[in-house]
Amino acid sequence: MPRTARDVVFVDGVRTPFGKAGPKGIYHETRADDLVVKCIRELLRRNPDLPPERIDEVAIAATTQIGDQGLTLGRTAGILAGLPTTVPGYSIDRMCAGAMTAVTTTSGSIAFGAYDVVVAGGVEHMGRHPMGEGVDPNPRFVSEKLVDQSALFMGMTAENLHDRYPHITKQRADEYSVRSQEKAAKAYADGRIQADLVPISVRRSDESVGETGWGLATADEPMRPGTTLEQLAGLKTPFRAHGRVTAGNAAGLNDGATASLLAAEDVARELGLPVKMRLVSYAFAGVEPEVMGVGPIPSTEKALAKAGLSIGDIGLFEINEAFAVQVLALLDHYGIADDDPRVNQYGGAIAFGHPLASSGVRLMTQLARQFEEQPHVRYGLTTMCVGFGMGGTVIWENPHWEGK
Amino acid sequence: MSNTAELLKGAAELFPDEVVTTAHVRHLDLPQGAGRFALITLDNGLDHTKPTTLGPQSLVNLDKAIDQVEAEAARGEITGVGVTGKPFIFAVGADLKGVEVVKRREDALAIGKGGHDVFKRLSSLAVPTFAYYNGASMGGGVEVGLHCSYRTVSRAIPAFSLPEVFLGLVPGWGGCTLLPNLVGADRAVSVIIENSLNQNKQLRGEQVFELGIADAIFDGADFLEQSLIWTASVLRGELEVERPDVDRGEAWDQAVARGRSIADSKVHGAAPAAYRALDIIAAARNGDLRQGFDAEDRALADLIMGDELRSGLYAFNLVNKRAKRPAGAPDKKLARPVTKVGVVGAGLMASQLALLFARRLEVPVVLTDIDQERVDKGVGYVHEEIDKLLLKGRVGQDKANRLKALVTGSLDKAAAFGDADFVIEAVFEEMGVKQQVFAEVEAVVPEHAILATNTSSLSVTEMASKLEHPERVVGFHFFNPVAVLPLLEIVRAERTDDASLATAFAVAKSLKKTAVLVKDAPAFVVNRILTRFLGEVLRSIDEGTPVEVADRALAPLGLPMSPIVLLELVGPAVAHHVAGTLNAAFPDRFAVSENLGRIVKAGKRGLYVYDSGKPELDPEVAALFETGDTVLTEEQVRERALNAIAGEIRLMLDEGVVAEAHDIDLCLITGAGWPFHLGGITPYLDREGVSERVAGKRFLEPGVASIPN
Repeated sequence: MPRTARDVVFVDGVRTPFGKAGPKGIYHETRADDLVVKCIRELLRRNPDLPPERIDEVAIAATTQIGDQGLTLGRTAGILAGLPTTVPGYSIDRMCAGAMTAVTTTSGSIAFGAYDVVVAGGVEHMGRHPMGEGVDPNPRFVSEKLVDQSALFMGMTAENLHDRYPHITKQRADEYSVRSQEKAAKAYADGRIQADLVPISVRRSDESVGETGWGLATADEPMRPGTTLEQLAGLKTPFRAHGRVTAGNAAGLNDGATASLLAAEDVARELGLPVKMRLVSYAFAGVEPEVMGVGPIPSTEKALAKAGLSIGDIGLFEINEAFAVQVLALLDHYGIADDDPRVNQYGGAIAFGHPLASSGVRLMTQLARQFEEQPHVRYGLTTMCVGFGMGGTVIWENPHWEGK
Repeated sequence: MSNTAELLKGAAELFPDEVVTTAHVRHLDLPQGAGRFALITLDNGLDHTKPTTLGPQSLVNLDKAIDQVEAEAARGEITGVGVTGKPFIFAVGADLKGVEVVKRREDALAIGKGGHDVFKRLSSLAVPTFAYYNGASMGGGVEVGLHCSYRTVSRAIPAFSLPEVFLGLVPGWGGCTLLPNLVGADRAVSVIIENSLNQNKQLRGEQVFELGIADAIFDGADFLEQSLIWTASVLRGELEVERPDVDRGEAWDQAVARGRSIADSKVHGAAPAAYRALDIIAAARNGDLRQGFDAEDRALADLIMGDELRSGLYAFNLVNKRAKRPAGAPDKKLARPVTKVGVVGAGLMASQLALLFARRLEVPVVLTDIDQERVDKGVGYVHEEIDKLLLKGRVGQDKANRLKALVTGSLDKAAAFGDADFVIEAVFEEMGVKQQVFAEVEAVVPEHAILATNTSSLSVTEMASKLEHPERVVGFHFFNPVAVLPLLEIVRAERTDDASLATAFAVAKSLKKTAVLVKDAPAFVVNRILTRFLGEVLRSIDEGTPVEVADRALAPLGLPMSPIVLLELVGPAVAHHVAGTLNAAFPDRFAVSENLGRIVKAGKRGLYVYDSGKPELDPEVAALFETGDTVLTEEQVRERALNAIAGEIRLMLDEGVVAEAHDIDLCLITGAGWPFHLGGITPYLDREGVSERVAGKRFLEPGVASIPN
């Protein structure tokens, strides 16, 4: 049977405000599945032209798939969101790149013709599900020296990355982080972020933490506008004595969820859905787990090669800031300046937070906004490093591109 | 300290056991830059199985919260104030335990006034106020919201009501006054009177919105978020809330008149609450809230100090608490599982039982009878009823298939009951027949199987006496219509063992019936009392009192139907038969009316004809009657009937037919539909002095179903 691959478009993306994990965090008493459910419902509200029964799949990522992140989250969240029972769903895990993988996997299926419209997103409630909860690593990893023990601890892999690239100093990482906070604060001031946030009602019972009763989360909790280099210089390096990685130049432990709508371009046109980005190519790549932060380099190489593009064709970058060092490693690889204006225009995860499996769609949602504002840009990419030594990159085309 | 605070402090001291609700104040930034907002959460700190209530200390807490937001509003620090509840619950109103302890009218007045004083502040802040009905909302909970400027409601709310009239109160924290002014008198009458008197019917979220009580409705999944976004739009002036004008013309009077006719048809003027509520609704037409609130305070105080409310609360507790823990029931751990049910007989009663067992227990049910035709008819009836449920949408196709497959018929008792755990007989009411049926059944059932009888008047002990294992026999007396009346009298025969009895109670619970343990005494509870009282009415007629006079005699009690209408519902033949049984047991108290015998013999099904639209004595019946010439007044008939009831109940308690008078009342409420305002009957007999007159003492301690000393 002859087949034509179809173009896949990013129709819309939303997310919850991100919270700080732990008893003081805004989502301490909020279920993870509820965060996803509210994102899915917001997508439907924002896109009333989409008949819900036209959704062919709900793919939701979570790293720790137990408790309120278990039970085949894509399916249960769909039911809880009020989607027709005819809409199926499933769960995805590629740690930090969960939501990104939800997007690429369903996009592949759209291109193949299996789906017309999908919901893809992710969630991580790191307060309810701390990193490493319930894991049981095979002892052969250590006995056969398949990976160094540090590979299991992301902060240690970031220290390892500083070892590999001695020219990426703590000073550079801190400077980058200060800029991330500044850019994020400016993006908020300019109203670039709020439009894609889903307000979440939050309950608090512990009065030692703050006012009790119901409240409403409308902004990212981890943000630290006004952060200075001096402040960052004084922070502890929890992963290694006299190390370089601190809470200030890395993303924190966070709670949050994202969701996006993807569609075959012809179907989006037929239904009158917005087309915010067009998928060009994607790739994932593996690296040594001990330096997982280097993952975006090979994945970006692969994705560019598949698209027949070079790095010079990319006008906007959304790079997940798990650690400043990992962003700088990628920029150095391509000879891009630390403060290049094409990179993370709204700031990044160091400011907003990084609820592991949810972050991929945040990058895309922000890139889509930037495309809209910058029609002179044709291509952009979203990329992130992934635990156990991986990277993922998705290259997008701007449908608003004005051409040459 | 303000007057309100003092008032509430006094009330709080009277009620130290209050489950106190906290009014949390939390600030948030509204979306769309609509400003800083103060959200009050009503929360008693317990999970959703313990709904939030509003006792006096809780009101003090809300008052303090309002102090805070009032000041913030005055200083311009906030743009609005909201009120919502903990998950699944908004608030379910006043804590009724706090009403029960009130002894003095001034304290009763304080309850009403305290609530008003706190709630009405929500309508006079410097900023708009919003109620978000997120979950169950009743009584005072609903009223908190009515004082706010705007309301939203969750589509997921299962229960929303102003149930005060059902209990014997009025919605007295603003409900009677504010609701008609918000949605018009007719809709207010539907909520306050009609629903309350219709077994406390609850509204769903959709109806709350359609009635205009809420200005907006949102799905449960993100109700609070959407309510706050909506609030932001209202505060920013982007969204104007439009409410239809209330018709203050003739429609208002018509609505109140409709309410009165509903009240008359339900309580026959015998309980004051509905009428007090209607008076306030009628007066609310002029829109004078202050006058309305004052009238509510007075009505609440009067009703709280009245016997009908105390009886209503007593009845409410019987139905909601005692019914769940039947007095005298053995440890439920002794109950054996019931995985298959047998029904002996395939007549109408047996078929109704088969349907009930199949629906509630969802286990195979086999009907047997003496020939295939009867069996087919019985099974056919059940299948037809299941089809009706399917048509009405009460069950889906899969469930209907399942239920139909569960109900089968057989002529072979051995095959049908060989693996049954519970077999109930519903054959002809004759001892010999029933004994033979049980003997046949015992020969084929497993050793652990329970044998139950639906007899309404025969001795269960005698029925079991010829069996090898009489300890497995229990009485299981349902009331007609089986699907409607909740009562199930569970009869412990002399030799019934605890495991069998525990199994019977477990089955009753699965059947969703109100089980009351009764001794194996003639006609058990409800039929004995009804027969005694009907007997007195019939005796008056036999002696010469006109039927209409005798039949009107009990009207001041507000019973669900008059004695003669009850007789027609039961059927003269059945009534005559039961009277005969009781006459045999207690010939000095239970007479057999010769006139009733004549009616039965003539094959008449009733005494009245309804050709003119109202009941009139059937001339053919009148022609059958042979009466004496002693003509009593309504009062005399009533006294005679009440004396008989009181005397009979005293004897039943002395005989140990039930554990306490409470159980008699529970039986009459759930098996005969006797009203809450009588508390069943013993509170009424106590307060009217009948108990003392007849038996020399009350049935209930002072303070139970009456104002404590």
